[in-house]
Amino acid sequence: MREITYAQAINEALREEMRRDENVIVMGEDIAVFGGIFSVTKGLLEEFGPERVRDTPISENAIIGAALGASLLGFRPVVEIMYWDFFNECGDQLVNHLPKIHFMSGGKLKTPVVVRTQYSLGRYTGAQHSQFFPSFYMNVPGLNIAVPSTPYDAKGLLKTAIREDNPTIFAECALLYRMKGQVSEEEYLIPFGKADVKTEGKDVTVFAVSLMVQRAIAAAEELKKKEISVRVIDPRTLSPLDKECLIDSVKKTGRLVIVEPDCKTAGVGAEISAIIAEEAIGYLDAPIVRVATPDLPAPFTAPLLDQFIPSEKDIIKAVEKIVT
Amino acid sequence: MQKEEILFMYRKMVEIRRFEERGGELYALGRIPGLYHPYNGQEAVAVGVCSALRKDDYILSCHRGHGHSIAKGVPSKYIMAELFGKETGVCKGIGGSMHSTYLETGVLFSTAIVGGNIPIAVGVGLAIKLRKEDKVVACFFGDGATNTGAFHEGVNLAALWKLPIIFVCENNLYAVSTPVTKSVSAKSIADRAIAYNMPAEVVDGMDVIAVRESAQKAAERARKGEGPTLLECRTYRFKGHGMYDTGYVYRTKEEVEEWMRKCPIRRLREKLLSEGIASESELNEIDKEVEAVLQEAVKFAEESNYPSWEMMTKMLYHKREEAE
Repeated sequence: MREITYAQAINEALREEMRRDENVIVMGEDIAVFGGIFSVTKGLLEEFGPERVRDTPISENAIIGAALGASLLGFRPVVEIMYWDFFNECGDQLVNHLPKIHFMSGGKLKTPVVVRTQYSLGRYTGAQHSQFFPSFYMNVPGLNIAVPSTPYDAKGLLKTAIREDNPTIFAECALLYRMKGQVSEEEYLIPFGKADVKTEGKDVTVFAVSLMVQRAIAAAEELKKKEISVRVIDPRTLSPLDKECLIDSVKKTGRLVIVEPDCKTAGVGAEISAIIAEEAIGYLDAPIVRVATPDLPAPFTAPLLDQFIPSEKDIIKAVEKIVT
Repeated sequence: MQKEEILFMYRKMVEIRRFEERGGELYALGRIPGLYHPYNGQEAVAVGVCSALRKDDYILSCHRGHGHSIAKGVPSKYIMAELFGKETGVCKGIGGSMHSTYLETGVLFSTAIVGGNIPIAVGVGLAIKLRKEDKVVACFFGDGATNTGAFHEGVNLAALWKLPIIFVCENNLYAVSTPVTKSVSAKSIADRAIAYNMPAEVVDGMDVIAVRESAQKAAERARKGEGPTLLECRTYRFKGHGMYDTGYVYRTKEEVEEWMRKCPIRRLREKLLSEGIASESELNEIDKEVEAVLQEAVKFAEESNYPSWEMMTKMLYHKREEAE
């Protein structure tokens, strides 16, 4: 199978969906002429024209609002918010409007909007350009949250997001944009709420999110040498969450390590741990271990940041702590 | 203007006033819970603007929105049922007093977040423009909304993209208790449009004919592709901000009385009589008919059922049609 990058996979998904459905429009800062600061939307303007591919001013709240408004009349806007950090600029539209309008209108309206964004943790971009905070939005009913960790998943999940009638936060990882992976040339979709087992194993489940998935796979390889068999599961979407896969996996392995690129307190792992505590605690042979970033803003300086983000070694250490 | 049209405007203004009077009574009796923002005194704005719109034009309303919905053709009984929280309401009882969706007459949505509908109007305007339709969207908000970032982001984008929007600012002089003089740096709210290269007009918001004429001009500009207009309608709410507010802590009795003498309904009534357009008995007949409509509305609301728990839980996500 051919290999393309994560960024190319996203670009392909956008192109294919724009060709398939003229209601798909793309808006955001520097996404048209410039092709996006990570070149993810490159070439869309040339192929689809300025009506469907729009540069916007730095007005995040208006970008989401405009997407929402257009969606009420049947469009399927895909908007880009340049950094996840900037979601705080559009919190009103993103939290108070986008996921609530279907509900508040008694089901009369739908808002099929995809909000693409990326987080740059690991790019030495400082505390205001590094944040990954899905748990904020997991706490908002009505939003899908996709966190693709491979080019294949990125393409299939984005196509699903665009065809989905409900709003989706599509969280890309900047460190993965250049990652290459096998992506079928034939059309495929990846359903939401379906986790992917990245490596089979029987001793411990490692629930890994986004950037952490590849590190968890590498850790699993390493641990294999020590005869520890690791089952890495990638939720692929955090909302909806594939609880069944998570719970089954914990039942099979009896141990759980959660690896997440966000702050530990009230992060993704807190919810995952609570689910297991409620629904499978009797199957645990050891305490759950969370591997997350410290409860601090991301530092800039390289030696500190490199230590700040969970590494393959941190995952190995966490597994060894509970697999004896 | 045809007699029929002007009498219809009179009828709608009376309907709004009676609706709010009945609503206020029912609220005091504990029959209507929650937040209730009465529209008494501002009727000329909703009716003036909506009478300049076609049935297939849209409106986006706000927290003080009962008048907008009635003026845009929503039968009062569906709004009253929403206030009661009944399943026959405009939002099936799920939304509440501050929300209204009635697509049959172009009532898209009303938001409870001050300024929140302005970015959404941008999207609705964009959708109309992309579809090459000659519809317009009127977006209602108060003076306070023009101090939000959403207003500035939204009107900038609307003017930049020349979208078919009428921004209707109902300047009732107070944002809850804070007077415009202590919250708006510009000389007038209309002046704020200068910064966005957008036409604006100060309109006597107690004169339904004046509002209608200004809205007609704005709608015409919008339909011709000339972009948005800001109408600053100077008006006054006869009641407090909400039901907990007498309206007299921050306003003097003299001021309220002075504005009540400008009552838009009485003003139109006097005009109709003095110009011989309608007779006293014709107008009394309309008043009586409206009274009956509202009696029926309250009865309808009282007799309707509450929505079920099951219906609510199904309301969060829109399910895709199987057919695709």
